[in-house]
Amino acid sequence: MNLLGKLDWSAIPFNQPIIMGASGGVVVVIVAILAWVTLKGYVPYLWREWITSVDHKRIGVMYIILALIMLLRGFSDAIMMRAQQAVAAGGSQGYLPPEHFDQIFSAHGTIMIFFMAMPFVIGMMNFVVPLQLGVRDMAFPTLNSVALGLTASGILLTNISLAVGEFSKAGWVAYPPLSELQYSPGVGVDYYLWSLQISGVGTLMTGINFVATILKTRAPGMSYMRMPVFCWTSLAANLLIVAAFPVLTATLTMLLLDRYLGFHFFTTDGGGNAMMYVNLFWIWGHPEVYILVLPAFGIFSEVVSTFSGKPLFGYRSMVLATMAICVLSFVVWLHHFFTMGAGANVNGFFGVMTMIIAVPTGVKVFNWLFTMYGGRIRFTVPILWSIGFMVTFVIGGMTGVLMAVPPADFQLHNSLFLIAHFHNVIIGGTVFGLMAGYNYWFPKAFGFMLDERWGRISFWCWLIGFYLAFMPLYALGLMGMTRRMQHYDVASWQPWLIAAALGVVVILAGIVSQIIQLVVSIRDREKLKVTADPWNGRTLEWATASPPPPWNFAVLPQVTGIDALWQKKRRGRTQAEPLKEREFEPIEVPKNSATGFIIAFFAVIAGFAMIWHIWWMAGVGAIGVFLTMLAFAFRDEEEIEIPAERIARFEQANPAEIAV
Amino acid sequence: MTDTRYDSAPGEASDLPDAEEDAPSGMLVYSIGLVLAVGLTAMSFWVANTSLLWVGGISLGLTVLAIAQMGIHLVFFLHVTTGPDNTNNVMALAFGVLIVALVVVGSLVIMADLNDNMMPGAELMNLQMQR
Amino acid sequence: MTMSVAVDDGVGYEAQSLASEAGPATRRVVVGYGFWIFLLSDIVMFSAFFAAYAVLAHATAGGPSGMQLFNQRSVAIETGCLLASSYTCGLMSMAIGSRRYGATYLAALVTFVLGAAFLALELKEFAGMIAIGAGPQRSAFLSSFFTLVGCHGLHVTAGLVWLVVMMAQVSIKGLTATVERRLLCFSLFWHALDIVWVWLFTVVYLMGVLS
Repeated sequence: MNLLGKLDWSAIPFNQPIIMGASGGVVVVIVAILAWVTLKGYVPYLWREWITSVDHKRIGVMYIILALIMLLRGFSDAIMMRAQQAVAAGGSQGYLPPEHFDQIFSAHGTIMIFFMAMPFVIGMMNFVVPLQLGVRDMAFPTLNSVALGLTASGILLTNISLAVGEFSKAGWVAYPPLSELQYSPGVGVDYYLWSLQISGVGTLMTGINFVATILKTRAPGMSYMRMPVFCWTSLAANLLIVAAFPVLTATLTMLLLDRYLGFHFFTTDGGGNAMMYVNLFWIWGHPEVYILVLPAFGIFSEVVSTFSGKPLFGYRSMVLATMAICVLSFVVWLHHFFTMGAGANVNGFFGVMTMIIAVPTGVKVFNWLFTMYGGRIRFTVPILWSIGFMVTFVIGGMTGVLMAVPPADFQLHNSLFLIAHFHNVIIGGTVFGLMAGYNYWFPKAFGFMLDERWGRISFWCWLIGFYLAFMPLYALGLMGMTRRMQHYDVASWQPWLIAAALGVVVILAGIVSQIIQLVVSIRDREKLKVTADPWNGRTLEWATASPPPPWNFAVLPQVTGIDALWQKKRRGRTQAEPLKEREFEPIEVPKNSATGFIIAFFAVIAGFAMIWHIWWMAGVGAIGVFLTMLAFAFRDEEEIEIPAERIARFEQANPAEIAV
Repeated sequence: MTDTRYDSAPGEASDLPDAEEDAPSGMLVYSIGLVLAVGLTAMSFWVANTSLLWVGGISLGLTVLAIAQMGIHLVFFLHVTTGPDNTNNVMALAFGVLIVALVVVGSLVIMADLNDNMMPGAELMNLQMQR
Repeated sequence: MTMSVAVDDGVGYEAQSLASEAGPATRRVVVGYGFWIFLLSDIVMFSAFFAAYAVLAHATAGGPSGMQLFNQRSVAIETGCLLASSYTCGLMSMAIGSRRYGATYLAALVTFVLGAAFLALELKEFAGMIAIGAGPQRSAFLSSFFTLVGCHGLHVTAGLVWLVVMMAQVSIKGLTATVERRLLCFSLFWHALDIVWVWLFTVVYLMGVLS
């Protein structure tokens, strides 16, 4: 019996200079960072204040750091693909062999959806939602930390595939029968499956946590119709997570059983039905689109209302539209496979439903426009992203409605038109929203602003680069170019693809500007320092210090209406009571816990072992996870008390501008 | 509007003031639930095996019985009520049931429609399935 | 604590009495509700397996069908075991509510034994099917059958392990608020598994033997 399963030295692609260079570089960077952290003596600090922290703000920041790193990884895949397609015309094969190109587009999609957009969205919600609700933490703080650990485990496994073995060549959707053992005998698909399974469990935990937090723990007086819109969209997104991710887990489990135990769910023999996978995958897949975009809608609502100096137009219709999308997103999934062969009646039904779901989205766009109408708009970086979003997203939405018409979809399916469409809505919607939120809430998280000038430069590079990179793809799609082509014979496509490649370079300039923005801001942090409310905000997160203390609010705010903070400002209660007269009570906060980190550690071991068929090691990982949970269940102290003097001292140093 | 100040946890017997007066004891509730559930289960097994009923209606009948038994479990074992302290729990449950129905019914309709449209004629079809 | 007193107009007594405005709910409600949401997600996962089973139920690939394989008597006994264990689990909740330790242990023991009996019967059925060459590798129908029923069996196994851990906690820690919350979650879990089983025996075993 082989103790290492399928793993041996041939798993490391020594003969591939690009892969070895990239993974070598990554390893060097990681080792350098670890060495620097250790030598500087930061390890105890990181362990105490970050890795074992169950504070939702810290966890949110860590999610976003993960997401930004993965943005770089996914984006370098994009550069490689665009470069390949820009040169691989006619007789040329470009510089990437097909098996490598296939891994790159699979990794790009998987990473961008699961490991960039999802952690970014979840991180943003983690940081903001409890603050907006006016409470001290999530409903289940340790579970939150475990969820972060599992997401990180999935990310780690996907990136290990760069150096050890290979990644999936079956696209980010991994349709069988291609992803079955018969046609993908390597470990690539297994890397895909296990990293998604592990991070998917984490995402589900997050979803449960947020639903319980938003529905059960809000500041006194905050009824449902007084919640900020971002909390509403977060609630909808997390309801979708709770309802959709289990379907993905089940579907991937079936594929795993096919691959590992010879089951016949989706195989070509034994009565299996590969189309069932496509059906189940998109039952998860379509809600996933809204999981990504709804929180972004919430961010735009906050940003537009704050910088227009007006309450959001049509708050109730916004809430209704959000919840309508939440339900409708479960009845449109077939539009991802109109061409699979359903009859006209079924295709027609899902086509109509798809057009109907555009209606609440349209309501939202008009609400934002009417909010801005007549407002005194301050053109800060977040509102630039929001306006860029409105234009871009409407174009993307329109092309989506085009493809909702089944006969048109038969022409456009799997073409670059589709690629252009979904990048148009995901970049134009989710990424722009996340960038707006990143610029908007950064001062709250760290106590200093992000540099305005570099923020603008980065926005314009992103916007122009986006149009340059993706508008040509619409044209190419109409010209008949399909997705995932390693090379092509039609010479007339090449100019368009070169233009698209140039667009990616411009986006790269945008990303570089963002890195510069961060560096410059950290350098000038004393100059950019802010107090609690730098933007003249409307919601409760701006009522506490920047950065907020671990307990968020010394006294839970009393909410009397929508835009709780704005109301207090309007009523002229601008001055908090003199501090000497205020008495503080000690506050209990959840205790730090290494549970998340240890479970993540064992999850990586178990996942890696399953991928390489090292059964004993998988057992070690599973038992490790179980014992860790057991140890957690038997711990005695759950909370620690922060003494009143410490709270008083903090409040003295950071006097509240507005009493809530 | 209502006079409740707090929600109930799911699965918890309601402790609303007006529910306390002539509320049956917990033991009685569980026992009624057990009797009803056993009755419905027995009926399900009988319906599936009897030759007295019209064959075409049996599947439908079994589904109805299963739904009824699910209701019994929810009310008598999980203490789901229509009370205002239970609104959140019932809403979540309703959402879950909606999603389950969409997943199962949707998949069945879609896959049946695909088979209708893509499979060759019945005889050829049988030949293929019997491989 | 002057700040937490409502001083603004617009907050009347009536508005304050709404549950949605009462501020953060108690720990027990939050934990129970969170677990309730988890159960819903779990049931959605089952629904995907149910959908797969329903679609593949006739894809026997020339192998045995449900009518040839299922033994109704054993299924009826399994159903009885699970239903009875759901009942004793309810009795356990009542014993916990009135702090009767002995009754709690007794009810937990009966629940465990009934659950284990269910599991043993199911494993016996699986072993019998695999022995006659009707294992999950035989056909898509059997793949989906073993996955669906096996997934429920795994849940029951997890429930049994959980019950043992909880009884250990009761004896070590006593019925603290935390332990009681966890036991509430356990009873939710156990009753939910029974509901899943209702659908399982209806859809798989009873509809499976119809012509």
